[in-house]
Amino acid sequence: MDIIMCGVGGQGTVLTSRVVGEAAIKQGYEVRTSEIIGMAQREGPVVSQVRIGTKLHGPLIPDISADYLLGFELAEAVRNLDKLNGKGRALVNTHMVVPPTVYLGISNYPEEQLIDYLKEQTSGLILINANELAAQAGSSKAVSAVMLGAFATLCPDIDETMLLKELLARLPERVQEINTRAFRLGKEFVEGETR
Amino acid sequence: MAKQLLLGNEAIAWGAIAAGVKVATAYPGTPSTEIFSTLAAQAKHYGFHAEWCVNEKVALEVAYGSAISGARTLVTMKQVGLNVAADPLLSGTYLGVKGGLVLVVADDPGPHSSQTEQDTRQFAGFAKVPVLDPSDPQEAMEMVIEAFDISEKYHLPVILRPTTRVCHVGQDVELPEITSRNSEVRFEKGGDWVIFPSVSLRKHGELLESLKALGQEFSTSRFNYREGQGEYAIACSGVSYHYVKEALHRLNIIDNTEILKISTPYPFPEELAAQYLKKHERLLVIEEQDPVLEDAMLRLAGKIGLHLHLSGKHDAMVPGTGELNVDLVTRAIANWSGNNIKTRQVPAKPELPLRRPILCAGCPHRASFYAIRKAAGKKSDTVFTGDIGCYTLGMMPPLSAVDTCLCMGAAITQAQGIGRAEPGRQTIAVLGDSTFFHSGITGVINAVYNQYPLTLVILDNSTTAMTGFQPHPGTGQTATGEIVAAIDLQKVLEGCGLTFIKTVDPVNLKEAVAAIKEALAYDGPAVIIMKRACINLPEVKGLAPVVINIEKCKDCGLCVTEIGCPALVMETGQKPQVLESCAGCGLCIEVCPFDAIQGGDY
Repeated sequence: MDIIMCGVGGQGTVLTSRVVGEAAIKQGYEVRTSEIIGMAQREGPVVSQVRIGTKLHGPLIPDISADYLLGFELAEAVRNLDKLNGKGRALVNTHMVVPPTVYLGISNYPEEQLIDYLKEQTSGLILINANELAAQAGSSKAVSAVMLGAFATLCPDIDETMLLKELLARLPERVQEINTRAFRLGKEFVEGETR
Repeated sequence: MAKQLLLGNEAIAWGAIAAGVKVATAYPGTPSTEIFSTLAAQAKHYGFHAEWCVNEKVALEVAYGSAISGARTLVTMKQVGLNVAADPLLSGTYLGVKGGLVLVVADDPGPHSSQTEQDTRQFAGFAKVPVLDPSDPQEAMEMVIEAFDISEKYHLPVILRPTTRVCHVGQDVELPEITSRNSEVRFEKGGDWVIFPSVSLRKHGELLESLKALGQEFSTSRFNYREGQGEYAIACSGVSYHYVKEALHRLNIIDNTEILKISTPYPFPEELAAQYLKKHERLLVIEEQDPVLEDAMLRLAGKIGLHLHLSGKHDAMVPGTGELNVDLVTRAIANWSGNNIKTRQVPAKPELPLRRPILCAGCPHRASFYAIRKAAGKKSDTVFTGDIGCYTLGMMPPLSAVDTCLCMGAAITQAQGIGRAEPGRQTIAVLGDSTFFHSGITGVINAVYNQYPLTLVILDNSTTAMTGFQPHPGTGQTATGEIVAAIDLQKVLEGCGLTFIKTVDPVNLKEAVAAIKEALAYDGPAVIIMKRACINLPEVKGLAPVVINIEKCKDCGLCVTEIGCPALVMETGQKPQVLESCAGCGLCIEVCPFDAIQGGDY
C-alpha cells in the first residue's frame, strides 16, 4: 500500500506519516517513509511518502501507483495527483494556503478549476474542510488529527485505535483531548460521505 | 528487540552507540544533521562525549585527536562540509588512526538542500579513504558498526556515505544490541603522529598496501553480492539497488537478471567484480551522481583484458545529474533491455500557484533585508553578497537583497573581491551568526589587514536555524545542554581590529537603516549586528498579531508588496488581511505610510 501525503510546510504531513508508519509496524508490516527536510521548508511545498506491506523495495512511490493521496492543501493535492493510481482514493483538504506570489501578482490560485480537475481526475475523491473541523474540535492546529481520522475510515487495513494511539503518543498532554475530538470528527465526516 | 520506525540518520546514530563510540563531533548540514542530534541526546546516558564544532575542519581534527588516542570516534557532516575538512582528512589518512574513526558524510543528489551534487565516493577515492555506501537505514546501521571494525583493523579513517534517501527515509529497523566496550584510551608519545615529507613517503606506501588488502577483503564482504541469474546484468549501489529491484519487478524481468550490488566503491572489490564481468559481456550500471562503479569496471576490464559493452552514465543511458527514482530507473532499464513499459498521459493541469520556500512570518531576517535595501537606496547599484543559511532566501522578491551565494563565509570575502575588481562599487556583505563562527572570522581579518572598506551585516538570530536550531559558540549552550559563556560577537570583532561595530534590532527599522547608512559612510571596515532571535526558538514568544485599522487603510498594498510576509494577504480590490500566523514583529507597521497598522513590538 502506497500513500502520498502532501501539503505546505508546518501543516503536519511529517507527523502524519510517522503516525501511519509506526501504526503499520505495530501491525507487523514493513514500512518505508521518505520526506525532504531542510532548506527552510516553512511555507514551501512538502511531500511525505509512506509505503506499507511485505517485501518492500525503495522509499519512493512510482508515478500512478499510490493507493491513497492525503492532500493537506488543495493546490498541493493537484500538484501531486500524478502519483495516484486510477482506482486510488484522494482525501483532500479544501483549505487553501495562498502563497505570497499570488498577492505579488507573480502567480494565480484558480480554486474552482483546481477542484474541477480533482473531480474529473479521481474516482474516489473526498473533499473535506479539515481546518474547519479542527477548529470545531477546539484548535485549528489539529488538522493532522482530522486527516488521520478520515484516513482511518477510508483505509480498513490500518487499525483505527492504533492510529489514534500513535498520534496521541506524539502530542503533549494538554492537546490530547482536542486531537481525539478532531480525529473523531474526521472519521465521522468520511463515514457520512461514504454512507 | 521490537522493530521501530527509525530515520536513516537515527539508525546510523544507534549503530555508532552500539559500536561503542566514545567521542562524536559534527557541524550541522542537511541531510546529515539528525545523526549527531540523536547522538547528543544519548551522550549522557551512554557515557560518551558529543560536541557541535565550529566547522567541519575543526570537527574532524577534534575527532582525529581522539582517534589517535585510541577512542572510537564518529564525525558527521554534509558533503560540502568534507571540502572544508579536506586538509585533515588527507593528512590523517596517511598517518592513520589507532581507535576507529568513522566519518559519516551525507550526499544530496538532487540536490535538495545543497550547493553541489558532489559524490563523496569520488572524494574518498581521491583521499584514499575506504568508503561504504548504504542502501537503506537498516544497512546503514549495520555498516557503521562494520566501519569501526575496518577502521581499527587497517588503522585508517573510514567514510560511511548515505544519501538523502537513506538519511531521511524511515524504515522498520531492529535496534542493535548495545554492549559496553572497554578499550584503553591513552595517547602514546613517540608514535608516527608527525607528518613530515619522509614520513609521508613511507606512510603513502603503507597506505597503498592496506588499500590493496582491504580491496581483496571487500570481495567477500557481506555487503557486496551477486543476486539472481539470467541474461541481463545490472550493477548498482546505494538506494539505486532498491530502485533497480522494483523496476525489474515492474518490467517482469527480475527472474532473468543478475544484479551485482557493490557497497564498497573504494577500494573496489576487483575479484568479485571480475567474476561477474567475465560472465556478462553486456551490462548496465545504475548509480546516482558520478559514474564511480562504471569507471572502476571500465578500468578493471582494461586491466584484465575483457571486452565489455558497458552502459550507464557515459552513454547517457542513466541521467548524469539529479536524483534517481523508480520511474527513471525503470525507463533506463526498459530502454537498455528493449522492454516496453506502460505509460499514462496525465491530462494538463490547471495553473498551480508558485510556492517557494520563503522566510517565516515574523522572521527577523525579513526586517534586516528590508533595512539593507532601504539603506542602499531602492534603485542603487549596490551588490549584496549573501551566504549559506535561511537568509539565502533574501534573494526572493520582493526583498531581492542577495546577489551572490557561494559557500560558507564567502559573503565577506566575495565582497572584497568585487570591490577590488571594480573600485568604487558599493557592496554589502550579509551572513548569519553560526556562519560567521564557521568561516567568517578569517574574511573579516583579511579586510582589516588589507584595508578594505567592508560593510558587513551579521544576522544574529541566536541559532543555526536552517538545519533545525542547533546552538553555536555565540549561544552559550553546548550540544548536550550545558550552559557556558557565550562568545561575544562584538568582542571578537574588536579583537579583529574593527573600529565600527553597531548592534541594532532590525525590526526597529529607522535605527537599523540609519546604522547601515552610517556603516556605508564609515572610512574603513564596519559591521552592523542585527540582533533578534529566530521566531521559531522555543524561548521566543511571538506577540499577538498586528491589527489593521480599516478607517486609516488606503488600500495601497505596500504592506504586502514591500516585504512579502506570508501572514499578510490582500485580494484585489479589498483591504489587506492579517493571518493567524502573524507573530506581531511589527515590520509592516513601519512600512505603512498611513499609520494604519497597530500592535507589534515597536
